Amino acid sequence: MHKRLFLHATALAICGLAATNAIAQSNTFKIGLILPMTGQQASTGRQIEAAAKLYMAQNGDTVAGKKVELIVKDDTSVPDVTKRLAQELIVNNKVNVLAGFGITPSALATAPLATQSKTPLVVMAAATSSITEASPYVVRTSFTLPQASVALGDWAPKNGIKKVVTLVSDYGPGIDAEKYFKERFIFNGGQVPESLRVPLRGPDFAPFLQKVRDLKPDALFVFVPSGAGAAVMKQFLERGMDKAGIKLIGTGDLTDDDQLNDMGDGALGVVTSHHYSAAHPSPLNQKFVDAFKKANPGLRPNFMAVGGYDGMRVIYEALKTSKGQGGGDGLLAAMKGQIFESPRGPMFIDAQTRDVVQNIYLRKVEKKDGQLYNIEFDVIKDVKDPGKAK
Amino acid sequence: MLTILFDGIAYGMLLFILSVGLAVTMGLMNFINLAHGAFAMVGGYITVLLMQKMGVPFLLCLPLAFIGSALLGGVLERTLYRPLYHKPHLDQVLFSIGLTFMAVACADYFIGSSQQIVQLPEWLKGRTEIGEGALMLGMGHYRVFIIVVCAALTVGLQYVLTKTRFGSQLRASVDDQRVAAGMGINVNMIFLGTFAVGSGLAGLGGALGAEVLGLEPTFALKYMTYFLIVVAVGGTSSITGPLLAALLLGIADVAGKYYIPKLGGFIVYSLMILILIWRPQGLFVRKGGK
Repeated sequence: MHKRLFLHATALAICGLAATNAIAQSNTFKIGLILPMTGQQASTGRQIEAAAKLYMAQNGDTVAGKKVELIVKDDTSVPDVTKRLAQELIVNNKVNVLAGFGITPSALATAPLATQSKTPLVVMAAATSSITEASPYVVRTSFTLPQASVALGDWAPKNGIKKVVTLVSDYGPGIDAEKYFKERFIFNGGQVPESLRVPLRGPDFAPFLQKVRDLKPDALFVFVPSGAGAAVMKQFLERGMDKAGIKLIGTGDLTDDDQLNDMGDGALGVVTSHHYSAAHPSPLNQKFVDAFKKANPGLRPNFMAVGGYDGMRVIYEALKTSKGQGGGDGLLAAMKGQIFESPRGPMFIDAQTRDVVQNIYLRKVEKKDGQLYNIEFDVIKDVKDPGKAK
Repeated sequence: MLTILFDGIAYGMLLFILSVGLAVTMGLMNFINLAHGAFAMVGGYITVLLMQKMGVPFLLCLPLAFIGSALLGGVLERTLYRPLYHKPHLDQVLFSIGLTFMAVACADYFIGSSQQIVQLPEWLKGRTEIGEGALMLGMGHYRVFIIVVCAALTVGLQYVLTKTRFGSQLRASVDDQRVAAGMGINVNMIFLGTFAVGSGLAGLGGALGAEVLGLEPTFALKYMTYFLIVVAVGGTSSITGPLLAALLLGIADVAGKYYIPKLGGFIVYSLMILILIWRPQGLFVRKGGK
C-alpha cells in the first residue's frame, strides 16, 4: 500500500516538473549537442564544443526572442549511446535541434529518431556521403569524403603522379575516400595497383607501409581518422619512403590542424585536399582563428571546429528566419538553401540534398611564423558532394 | 621478405616486454592481474610527459618509466593487491579490470584523450638497408634498439630467476608460502619485489612502445588481448615460453598484414586458436610444473 502511495506521489511530482518544464520551454530554444568528449575521437568533441560556444559568445544567446540553451552530451563515439542520448534529449529535454555527431555510425544510428520526431539533425563532423540520405531531417555543415578526395584525383595526374597506392581505415569514410579517389584518378589516366584497408584499431602501420614501399608507387594516398594521421606520417618517414621517392598525399584529416604542429618537420611538403585550413587567407577566418585561440589557449581551430561554428550559424539563422514558428519542419525549411561566407570561404546548404556545397582547396604543409600550417595553393570552386550526383 | 621478418621480431620483442610482467604475476604469484596494461600505460605517459613538458632525453626516460611504474606497482601491491592474494580468481579479475577502467578514466581526465606523439632523438630515427631485391633487409634504427633492449632484459631476467638466490626464494615462496616462510624467507618482501618489477617491466614496455603502438587512454584495454594471448600461448611457467610465443605472434601478425592485408589482424587469433587446440596448457609447459 505504501509502495503504491509512493508511486503516486512520484508520478505527481514528475507531472509537476514536466509542467514547469513546459512553461519554461516556451521561451527557450534548446540545442542538443551530442559529441564524443572522451575516447578516441575526443579532440573532435572538444573542437566542436569550443567553436559552438564561441559562436554563442559572439552572437548572443537570445534569438528571435528566445533564449538559446546548449545541452552538451558525451556519446564516447559509441553509436548505441548516441542514439540513447538523442532519445533522452528529444523526449525529456524537448530539444528543438539535434547537432554534433562525431562519427558516421553515430549519425546513422540517430537519423531514424530525427525522422520520427521531426527534429532537424545538424551533422557537424561525420563525413560519409550517405548520411544525409538516412533521414530528410539531416543537414550537414562539415564536408564529405568524396568531396575532398575527388579534388586530389584531379590534381595528382597533372603533377606527375601516375601510380598511387591507397591506404584507408576500414570503415564508411575510408571506403568512400578510397572509392571516389580511385574512380577519379583512374578516369584521369592514373593507375592504382593496390588498395589497402587497415583495421580501425590496428595501429602499427609497419607491414602495410612496407607493402607500399615494395610496390614503389609515385605516391601513397591516405585516409585515416584524424589522430591516427600523425602515426602514419611518422612511420612513413621512419621507413624512409620519402627518400625512396614516394610522395604522401591524402585528405585533410592527415594533416589535421589540431595535431600538425606536433608532427615535426617531416610533415613539410605533404599535399592534401580539404575544405578548411586554419591558414585560410581571409579576414573572416583571421578573426575566427584569433577569437578561437583567445577563448581556448593552446588550441588551434581545425576543420571540426569550423563545422561546429557554421552549424551553429545555420541553426541561429534558421531560428531567425522562421521566428520559432513551424516547429522542426519550419526550422528545416529555413536551413535549406542558406548561402553565406564561412571562415572556410563561401558555402551553401544545397536545398535538395541538405548537404554542404563548398570550395575544396589543395594545400601543402609549410612553415609560417615558426609553426606548421596547411597553406592553400589551389582551389576547386563550389564542389557538390560527388556521392549525390547519381 | 627479411624486412618483414625483422619488423615482426621487433614487434614480438615489444609484446614480450609488455607481457612478461603479467606472465610472472600470473604464473609465479598466481594472481590474475588484468590491470597490467594500465601499468604499461603509466610508463608510456611518464615518458611522454617528461619529454614534452620537461625536455628529459629519451634514453633517461626509459629507466624513469621503469622506476615510476615499479614504485606505483609496489605501493598498490601493499595497499590493494595483497588482501586479494587468497581470494578466488574471479574476484581478482573483477578487481583488476575495475582498476583498468579507473586508469583509463584518469588518463583521459588528467592528460586528455588524444594520441600522444613521441619525438625520438635523431640517432634513433634513421634506417639502414642491406642487400637488394627480395632479400633486402631494411632495419629501422628504433626497431633495432627495441630488439637490443628486449634481448638484454630477457637474458637478465632468465638469469635472475634461475641462477640467483632471489630467484630460488621466489620459486620457493610460490610453491609453498608457509614452508618458505618457515625457512626464514620473507615472503611478503619477495612478492612485493616481484610485483614491482613486473609492473616496472610493463612500464618500460609502454615507454618503448609508445612510438610504435601509439599512446592514448584506451591503451590499457586495447593491448590487454595481446598480453593475454602471449601468456596463454606461451604458458606461464617460464619466461622462454612467453618470449617464443611473443615472437611467433609478432611475426605472424606483421607477415599476415603484409601478405594477406584483407585478413589483417585475424591471423593472430586464428593462430592462437590452433595452438590452444593443440596444446591447451600453452606451448612450453614443463611437465610437473605448477
